[in-house]
Amino acid sequence: MMNRRFLGRAVASLAAVWALAVTGAVHAADEAPDVMVQRLSTEVLDALRADKSVKAGDLDKVIVLVDKTIMPNVNFRRMTAAAVGPGWRKASPEQQKRLQDEFKTLLVRTYAGALAQVSDQTINVKPLRASPEDKDVLVRTEVRGRGDPIQLDYWLEKTPGQGTGWKIYNLNVLGAWLVETYRSQFAREINAKGIDGLIDALAARNQSNAKG
Amino acid sequence: MTTAMTEGVLRPEEPHFIVPGAARTAALLLGVLVLAGCASGPQAHPDDPLEPYNRSMTRFNDAVDAAVLKPVATAYQQATPAPVRTGVSNFFSNLGDAWSFVNNTLQLRAEGALSSFFRVGINTLMGLGGVLDVASEMGLERHKQDFGLTLGRWGMPPGPYLVLPVLGPSTVRDTLALPVDMRGNPVRHVDPIPARNSLYALRVVDTRANLLRAGEVLDGAALDKYSFTRDVFLQVRSQRAADAAGRGRAPGSDDGRLPPEPQE
Repeated sequence: MMNRRFLGRAVASLAAVWALAVTGAVHAADEAPDVMVQRLSTEVLDALRADKSVKAGDLDKVIVLVDKTIMPNVNFRRMTAAAVGPGWRKASPEQQKRLQDEFKTLLVRTYAGALAQVSDQTINVKPLRASPEDKDVLVRTEVRGRGDPIQLDYWLEKTPGQGTGWKIYNLNVLGAWLVETYRSQFAREINAKGIDGLIDALAARNQSNAKG
Repeated sequence: MTTAMTEGVLRPEEPHFIVPGAARTAALLLGVLVLAGCASGPQAHPDDPLEPYNRSMTRFNDAVDAAVLKPVATAYQQATPAPVRTGVSNFFSNLGDAWSFVNNTLQLRAEGALSSFFRVGINTLMGLGGVLDVASEMGLERHKQDFGLTLGRWGMPPGPYLVLPVLGPSTVRDTLALPVDMRGNPVRHVDPIPARNSLYALRVVDTRANLLRAGEVLDGAALDKYSFTRDVFLQVRSQRAADAAGRGRAPGSDDGRLPPEPQE
């Protein structure tokens, strides 16, 4: 009798574990934004540490890594539109595409340049302050290594639909927001030479960066 | 985005190497600027009424940097092993922590004051006079403060952006605080003057060497380096002042949140 009761309990708890595992799997499709930031950061840092040519200063390798790992998780259109400001709506689809491409090249290269200097850093994600129905979420992190910790925060948006996850659309380094900083850079060019002037300035910057 | 990059531009609290009499120089400089009036161009930035002056001072600073500071810092970086450079940086940071203790106290920030107090004690006694950062290993965080932030804590606004000769980005408030910050630096009280001057020089070289790679990243990121540096500096400084005033990083703050993606 004891045995049968025990068996019954065992089956019940197995069922419970199974149910938990299934719901767990469903949740994994909708990864929480802070978990996603932690995962991406760890992936990138591990890849950097594993690669000897990065340590030797091969920036192109880091650029490929950023393109592959980070960029699919960024809403670059929202970022570019906000940085360009009111001029974005007046720009033609062709101009918008060029703006987005040139800005992306610039940021990926800058980001890769900073990452190439990373050695023994770790990312510490702070507790999330958000309610489950939030569509925009701020994830705060800290880069810890030698010297003082560096503040690194991200705004993420929930992409429409179940299981589609989150996309980054702005970030803050030590208190400076990326999009806000570029908004005034862009405004200078647009005021002086219009949208095409801005595209030319971005392209020129990228060309001189590529020459090293 | 970049970590070291912004760290690079933003070391307003490093400028402790000017010679005595700088208070008078600073006052004189401010006077001249006020007399010069607020020049404003067509793209005047509300926090940068002195842009024409600031731009020419930036050109001067860049020239000094290219001719002297950067080559010396590069040579220093190549000639000394990394652990030595870390030790030098730690030593000066420890002196900075002592001044942070004073300013945390003036701001009535108990946690920052206690932490700074124990950091200096531990690093000086157990870290060979500050060469080793034992306190950070123990999890005692640095709470960097300076007199400019203390003035901000008690309500003084930063005022216009101001580029100082050699020292670089600052604000009018931080420039007024500078003579006090310089007095608060223990190096100033080192007695044989040649030893003091050597420490000042080492400090400048150390600071500049720490920014070498950050500078490279920054050069590639900006369309207009002057306004990029200014905007990043002012944003970061104002957040630090907001933190010092205890009103920064409020939960639910919408800073940095963008308008939704425009639909076609």
